[in-house]
Formats: sequence, C-alpha cells, structure tokens
Amino acid sequence: MTTTTDAPTAASPSTPSPAAPRRGRSRESGSQLASTLVMIVIGLAFLVPLVWVVLASFDTEASLAVAWPETWSLGNFQAIWTTETTFRPLGNSLILCGGATLLTMTAAVLCAYPMSRFRFRAKRPLLLTIIFSTGLPITAIMIPVYSLFVQVNLIDSMVGAILFLGASALPYAIFLTKGFMDGVPMEIEESAWTEGAGVLRTLWSVVMPLMRSGLAVATIFTFVSMWGNFFVPFMLLLSPEHLPAAVTLYTFSSQYGQVAYGQLAAFSIFYSLPVVVLYLFLGRSLGQGFAAAGGVKG
Amino acid sequence: MSTAADTRTAPEPQRRRRTSLGNRLTAARALPMLPAAVLLIGFMAGPIIYSLYLAFTDSAIRGEGAADTSFVGLSNFTSALTDGDFWNSVALTLVFTVVSAVIGQNVLGVVLAMLMERANRVITFLVTSIVIAAWILPEVVAGYLLYTFFAGEGSLNLILTSIGLPGQELLFSAPIIAVSFANIWRGAAFSMLVYSAALSSVPADVYESASIDGAGPVRRFFSVTVPLLRPAIATNLMLTTLQTLSVFGLIFIMTGGGPARQSQTLPLYMYEQAFSYGQLGYGTAVALLLLLIGAVASLIYLRLLPEDDKR
Repeated sequence: MTTTTDAPTAASPSTPSPAAPRRGRSRESGSQLASTLVMIVIGLAFLVPLVWVVLASFDTEASLAVAWPETWSLGNFQAIWTTETTFRPLGNSLILCGGATLLTMTAAVLCAYPMSRFRFRAKRPLLLTIIFSTGLPITAIMIPVYSLFVQVNLIDSMVGAILFLGASALPYAIFLTKGFMDGVPMEIEESAWTEGAGVLRTLWSVVMPLMRSGLAVATIFTFVSMWGNFFVPFMLLLSPEHLPAAVTLYTFSSQYGQVAYGQLAAFSIFYSLPVVVLYLFLGRSLGQGFAAAGGVKG
Repeated sequence: MSTAADTRTAPEPQRRRRTSLGNRLTAARALPMLPAAVLLIGFMAGPIIYSLYLAFTDSAIRGEGAADTSFVGLSNFTSALTDGDFWNSVALTLVFTVVSAVIGQNVLGVVLAMLMERANRVITFLVTSIVIAAWILPEVVAGYLLYTFFAGEGSLNLILTSIGLPGQELLFSAPIIAVSFANIWRGAAFSMLVYSAALSSVPADVYESASIDGAGPVRRFFSVTVPLLRPAIATNLMLTTLQTLSVFGLIFIMTGGGPARQSQTLPLYMYEQAFSYGQLGYGTAVALLLLLIGAVASLIYLRLLPEDDKR
C-alpha cells in the first residue's frame, strides 16, 4: 500500500506540491516513522534475553546480566563437550522426537487419506472431535497417563514415551495433513487406480509427492513442538540415560544454574540450534502456514 | 471441505469402476485409519476416561491409597474447593492467563501485526524475526533466559539502573507478573502471525472509504478493523488461553511456583499435589477442574464468533 522501503526522512515536505496531498504524504511518512520507532523498541525488548544467551556462551566469566565478554572464549562449549552433558541428551531428544514425529506423520497421512477421499456420515463429527482435541491441554492428562504407564510398566521406557508423544501430536497433524491433502486434485489418482495401483501405492507415489511442501510443514512443526516439550519426558522418563535435552537442561540449571551461567548458555544454544536451523530452512511458511491453519481456519 | 466429494455423487457410467474416489467409505477403505485410531484411543481417550475414575479415588504413590485404591466419592473435589492453596492457584492462573494471554499476547500481537503494515520493511523483517525466534525456542530455554533477565543481578536491572531507575526484584516481589511477561515474550509471535494473516485479508478500500467518511485512526481501528477481525480475535483468544492455562515448564524453570506459592498456577499446584505429596487422585481432580476452566473460557469465546461463522 505505502512505499515503505523509503527512508522515513525521504518524503520531506520541501517538495513543492499542492497543499492537501503534501499534508497527506507527510502524515503518512510520519506514521511510518512512528511505526518503525515503536517496532524498534519492541524488537529491542525482545532481543535482550537472546543477546544474553549468545554473549554469555562465549564468556567463561558470564554473569546473569547481558555483558560484552572481556575475553571471547570457547571454554563453555569445551566444558560441556562431553557425552554425558551434551551428546547423550541430544541423542535422546533425537530418538524421542524423531521416532514420535515418524509415528505421528505416518499415522496422520494414513488417517487423512480416507477422510479426504471418501464420503461417510461421521466425517463432520470426526473432524470436529479432532479439531476439539487439538485444543486439549496435555498438561491436564499427564497424571492419569503417568498412573496408567506405571501399571503397564511403560514408565522410563523410550518406546512408551514415543507412543504417547506421537499420539498427543496426532490430532493437529491429522488436521493439517487433511487440509493439505484436500488441495491435491483427485483426477491423477483416478488414472493410477485404473492402472491397478493399490491404495497405499497411490498414496505413496501419487498423492504424497504432490503435497510435499505441506507435508514438510506438518512434519517440521510436529518435530519442533516435540523438541521443545518438557513436561511429557519429565513425567514419563526417569533414568539419566533416557533423559532428553529438555529435562537435562532443567536438572543442569537446578544443580549448576547458580554458578555455570556460561555453560548453561552454551548448552541452551546447542539444544536450540536444531529448531532454529529447521525454522530458517523452512522460512516463514512454517509460522504462517501454522498460524493460518490453526488460528483462522480452526 | 467436502464439496469435491459431493460433485462426484452423480452417477457417471463411463467412470464406474471397481474403486472410484469420492465413494462411500467401506470397512476396507477405512483400514488405513486404524493406526491413528489405536494411538488416539489408547493414549488420549484412554487416559481421559481413566482420569474420570482416578479423580474419585484416593489413589496415591505411597501410603494408604497406594496399596489398595478405593472410591472416595466427591471428597477430592470438596477438599480442593475448601483448600486455600487451591483458590490461590485459581486466582494466580486467572491473573497469569488474563495478563499474559488475553491482554499481553493479543494486544501485542495486534499492535505488531498493524505495525508490520506501516513500518520500514527491513526493520519489520528484523523485528518479526526476533519475535519469532523467541517463540520457536524450546520452553525450558525460554524459561532459563527469562529467569536470567528478571533475576536480581540480571539484564533488566542492569538496564533499569543504567537509566537511573530503581532496580526491581520481580522474581520475589511479583513473581506472577515476571512469569506473565515471560509468557508474553514467548507467545506474542503466535498472535502476531494470526493477526497479520487476518489483516492481510482485509481489503484496503474499506479503510479508504472509512477515512473519506472522516473516521480517525482510533475510530477506524474500533469500528472497521476490530469487527472485521472478530473471527480471528475469537479463535486466537481461545487458542492462546488454552495454551496459557496449561503452561508448566516456563514457570517451573523460572520460579518453581514460589516463593511461597506466589506463582503457583494450577498446573504447578496439580504437579505438587500429585508428585511431591503423592496424591494422584487429588491431583487428577485438580486437573479436571483445570479442564473445566478451559472449557468455560472456550464457550465464552465461541459466543464472540459471528453467527455465520459458527457453521
């Protein structure tokens, strides 16, 4: 709408032009300047904690406040460069979240296909149930889940945690996947049918390639939200050799958080890096696709 | 949604094959839905139904209820409703939800989305990237970063004292406000993206005709923007409220619910009762009351939706 790329000062009122448009234009550039300034203030406020974690990770003498390191060093990264502190928890996170994402997406694609392609009376209620359960606070069912897992001996089992994490992400994954699948036209599939391809074959080699970008959004979103999940592994996993980075960061901070700020910052960066990279890789389509699907359509 | 399927209902003889898309679902065709059904019934519906049983028992990790669990009727609920700590948590949960989600995230989200349309492009890109970065960071990392920010010797006080203002000990004096701000920091991006998507679908000529009619910016916002955004506002309020009601890790890392229960929202109270005191039945009853609050809030927001949007 507005020529926002201009520097705010460019549209100075010195250019001779009729009075009314000039006033309009200077008001417009004034509002752009004001908007930009407010934006900068908000941005700076959001930036401070992020700057702290980056600076502190390179500062072996880091304190709680944001400060320029007197000497830049990799000492913090070196100190946590061990199997026990860094690689095993991150490996566990990868197994837990990777396994659960694979499970969720497989089940979601298989479930979305009949929902997208066939008619049945319960379709609407089913879809509404799925949308409703995306809003269910998982926090509120963790006690019964814990209690059930104790009874069936799944506590502290990686498989158990993967199954629950996978199931808890499933409603949203089905909702997203079905939405993307509805956008794939059916004509191409029909010719595959006539050539005698089965359901799974058609799904795998015709439908899924056509919704690649949608599947990428759903997969990465599922993975990112699991990567950040703290409560589920905190409740369901106990022994140190199973704990993912989300939980070890908590135990690390409650044990050494009062002294080893720099090391904690370095570990936070290691742990956050995968989701930041995935986000950069997918760009804003992740955030926007997700927010649009969840916020406006839902 | 089902329009594509509906257009296909007319019988087309030349298309009639053994298996044609858009047909009725048969048992064989529903087979791929089985893994999802098993997972959802086993790990979601199962625990929900089980919680309806557990909340009426004295189930415990240790002690009497651990050896043999027995029905206790409504006593978990009555003892919750007569417990001062429970009501303290309810009040803190409401403060946390209203300050951080209903007001904080939503207002900041709308403001950012509107600024995005006016401000300098480069600045907009940088600032939205920062805001989104705060959103995608893992919850525990966000909690730790905001803990250091609000701590006595943290960045906030460094900034406050450097511009001549007195330092604050928010984590001790008003921990619920500190964790609310932390939740705004972490969640504003979501509302920003929702509102930005909604605003971009509002045609520009609506504003032009409003300003020709002499409506100022404030008037335009309340009588043009807000009504047009109503569906987005209602759904966004509902989603952010439900997310915020169940926040656990962020507060657990920052304050642990303390000091002296001053930031112990319902999820933390529930956790403490169930695991520190081992009362699983009582904890489940509290969880059900938390779900009830979420359901009531959702119903209120659904009433905000315009009639034709309810579908």
